[in-house]
Amino acid sequence: MGFDFAHLMELIPDINKAFFQTIYMIAISLVVSTVIGLPVGILLYITDKGLFLENRMVQNILGFVVNMVRSIPFIILLVALLPLTNLLVSTTIGPTAASVSLSVAAIPFFARIVENALREIDKGVIEAAIAAGATPWMIIKDVLLLEARSGIISGVTLTLISLVGFSAMAGTVGGGGIGDLAIRFGYYRYDNTIMISTVLILIILVQVIQLLGDYIAKVVDKR
Amino acid sequence: MIEIKNLTKVYKTKKGEVKGVDNVSLTVKEGEIFGIVGYSGAGKSSLLRCINLLERPTSGSITVDGTDLTSLKGEQLRSSRLKIGMIFQHFYLISQKTVYENISFSLKAANYPKDQVKQRVEELLKMVGLSDKRDVYPSQLSGGQKQRVGIARALANNPKVLLCDEATSALDPTTTKSILNLLKKINKELNITIVLITHEMDVVKEICSRMAIMQDGKVIEDGSVYDIFANPQAALTKEFIESVVTLEIPEVILNGCEGPIVKVTFRGKVAGEGVISDTLQQFNLKGNFLHGSIEYIQELPLGIFIMELKGQKQEIEKALQYIENRAAQVEVLRNGL
Repeated sequence: MGFDFAHLMELIPDINKAFFQTIYMIAISLVVSTVIGLPVGILLYITDKGLFLENRMVQNILGFVVNMVRSIPFIILLVALLPLTNLLVSTTIGPTAASVSLSVAAIPFFARIVENALREIDKGVIEAAIAAGATPWMIIKDVLLLEARSGIISGVTLTLISLVGFSAMAGTVGGGGIGDLAIRFGYYRYDNTIMISTVLILIILVQVIQLLGDYIAKVVDKR
Repeated sequence: MIEIKNLTKVYKTKKGEVKGVDNVSLTVKEGEIFGIVGYSGAGKSSLLRCINLLERPTSGSITVDGTDLTSLKGEQLRSSRLKIGMIFQHFYLISQKTVYENISFSLKAANYPKDQVKQRVEELLKMVGLSDKRDVYPSQLSGGQKQRVGIARALANNPKVLLCDEATSALDPTTTKSILNLLKKINKELNITIVLITHEMDVVKEICSRMAIMQDGKVIEDGSVYDIFANPQAALTKEFIESVVTLEIPEVILNGCEGPIVKVTFRGKVAGEGVISDTLQQFNLKGNFLHGSIEYIQELPLGIFIMELKGQKQEIEKALQYIENRAAQVEVLRNGL
């Protein structure tokens, strides 16, 4: 069975719905992972050895938790977090439920990316700010976040693209979205038309995200 | 202004403990430009960074303008740092902020009244000669211009002390000169005490009044720049001075000399007087100049001449005594008697 255009037309409403479910899932998880992951990433960095809020205990505990979540394969995390999902959103199926696991997986991912982006900053710039008598908050806001802005935006792009991949996996446990469609039609029913269409949609989505992310990262960088 | 007492800074490395700064005591007077010279790894940078506690000394104390900084922590230390400006070899400007924003960042740290920030930044820009670069990002500036922004930033809160960490080492000679002139101007007009570290003896000769030479974490020699140039003690000091005042004579020339070769160092005003011609006449000698230079340090002449003396042995000895009485130092480099 090859590509059947008429069949595709028939399923346009389904594809459309799945597409927006995917967008919905990644949007929620992106917001949650950014809001929580950014401060976690900053904390991981500034509590490190030789930095202005050095604190081995915070650094170790935080690092351990982050690594722990990151070491669990997403497909397992998805199932393991079902009780938590049920508690938070009172359901375990559908895009909203999938967003919980997606967020939990994306927070440590994004936090590490933020930490890495901050490591790229020349330590001398931070030192100059300390020498100028700046408060820790000023250093975080005016030096760290500003100097790493471009890197953090690239990190958001990376996280978004990973979320697209993860969200497709969420489809396997009834999370909805493009991945769900691809599995139900493309895999279970050998529906190549749907398979090809969903793959194309994902390719285009990822390309658009990457181009946009690169563009913004470049525009904001004053170096 | 700055009192460093028995300062030691120990670094822990994989190979054990390393003394970056080893029991250093120094006093920097108000209004002077003090230079610390040494090769990289001598500990001068660690010493400088201890002055504003960017690095906390392992032991010893640092007093700046009457405040013992080593006893301070957190907020108190932060507010004390407002009175100590610092500039760096690699400038360390915030690349994502404009020149204006980089300077106003310092003012923000001092809670400067918001309605006066603009005026103050413009004043500072005018002082460093960068008024036209106000809204430009650091990447669009040359090295010298970046350092000027660094200086404006360091001076924003009217500090008493300015620390310069190899501030001209990344600049070309012309730019170095203009930055040194700016530092001199700041020192004179604003009466800011400057401590600078460098490996370039030129810089010290150009603007410092007193200096210290460091090796292996220790200060091996310190005093007025003029005295040290006129009469260096340690081998390393001599090496540094030779980097700016070379008095090397080719082997062929030396071999062609018969009489004793002497090095005469004239200090201060004496350099202008005709000591040499008087000596030659009085003792009926012939002098043969092999090398010579007059350096102006802190606007005082320092004359160094190397010459061969020809004449009667006894007369030469008397002549040397005579020069010693009138001038500063006579050193016999090669005794051909």
